[in-house]
Amino acid sequence: MTPYRIEIRVVPRRGILDPQGKAVADALHALGFADVTDARVGRHVVLDVRAADAGAARARAAEMCDRLLANPVTEDYVIESAEPAAA
Amino acid sequence: MRVAIVTFPGSNCDYDAYHAVADELGERAHYVWHKDRDLGGADVVVLPGGFSYGDYLRCGAIARFSPVMDAVAEHARRGAPVLAICNGFQIACEAGLLPGALLRNASLRYVCEFRTLRVETVDSAFTAEYAPGQLVRIPIAHGEGRYVADDATLDRLESEGRVAFRYVDERGAPGDDGNPNGSLRHIAGILNEGRNVLGMMPHPERAVDARLGSADGLPLFRSLLAAVGA
Repeated sequence: MTPYRIEIRVVPRRGILDPQGKAVADALHALGFADVTDARVGRHVVLDVRAADAGAARARAAEMCDRLLANPVTEDYVIESAEPAAA
Repeated sequence: MRVAIVTFPGSNCDYDAYHAVADELGERAHYVWHKDRDLGGADVVVLPGGFSYGDYLRCGAIARFSPVMDAVAEHARRGAPVLAICNGFQIACEAGLLPGALLRNASLRYVCEFRTLRVETVDSAFTAEYAPGQLVRIPIAHGEGRYVADDATLDRLESEGRVAFRYVDERGAPGDDGNPNGSLRHIAGILNEGRNVLGMMPHPERAVDARLGSADGLPLFRSLLAAVGA
């Protein structure tokens, strides 16, 4: 088993009102960043796991997202990376 | 009637529920710690409001894995009533006892005030003692109460008469004026398919004494009493 570091991005699903993202967009506009047309705020999860290989690490991460880390009704997730980590 | 009130770390409306059942109704209530696995022969289970596990990750997301939740799910599977209020509603959605999810209020503000609700169905163990379409004044107190589900789920809830309560304005009309959190279709409370699990963001247990503003929550507890027949 090899240690892997997995990075996961969870974001509110498009089409579902994200008032936090809207507040951030409004604040950016207030600061003069008029080029911002949309903002969505999610979370970034970093996991250290042990797995046989990167594929197995990703499969486990997907299972964790489905069961806990993301709400299937309102959020989408992307497993951004699964890299061997320093032990 | 024997009512089990589940206490999670961070529950803060468990005593209000106890007061409603024991003091106002004169029925038996007992607390069940979230690590217990036995509901003590309860006829009814209450998942109370609060901030279980500090609302970490998402409201209710961690509480659903508490040991007691297996017993609660089994209680619901048997068709026995589960009343899930506020944080309890969030937990019930995360646990899959009810469809949909509760997200941050559209205003991003925590809202604590009396609201007018319309009773949308009297065909349940929780609402039989209300009149169809009755307007009730019940307080809300939440920051994450915006009910969201996909259109197919919402259509199904509507067509099966499973919307139990809807936010309305003071004249009884649903609309943005009466909606405190941006809930889709102004939904304040829903029933599961078996009509024995009710999730609602407003607090009926805080509306059980007219001297404190409203007794409009009492018929809900009386409905349960009539339904369990004990």
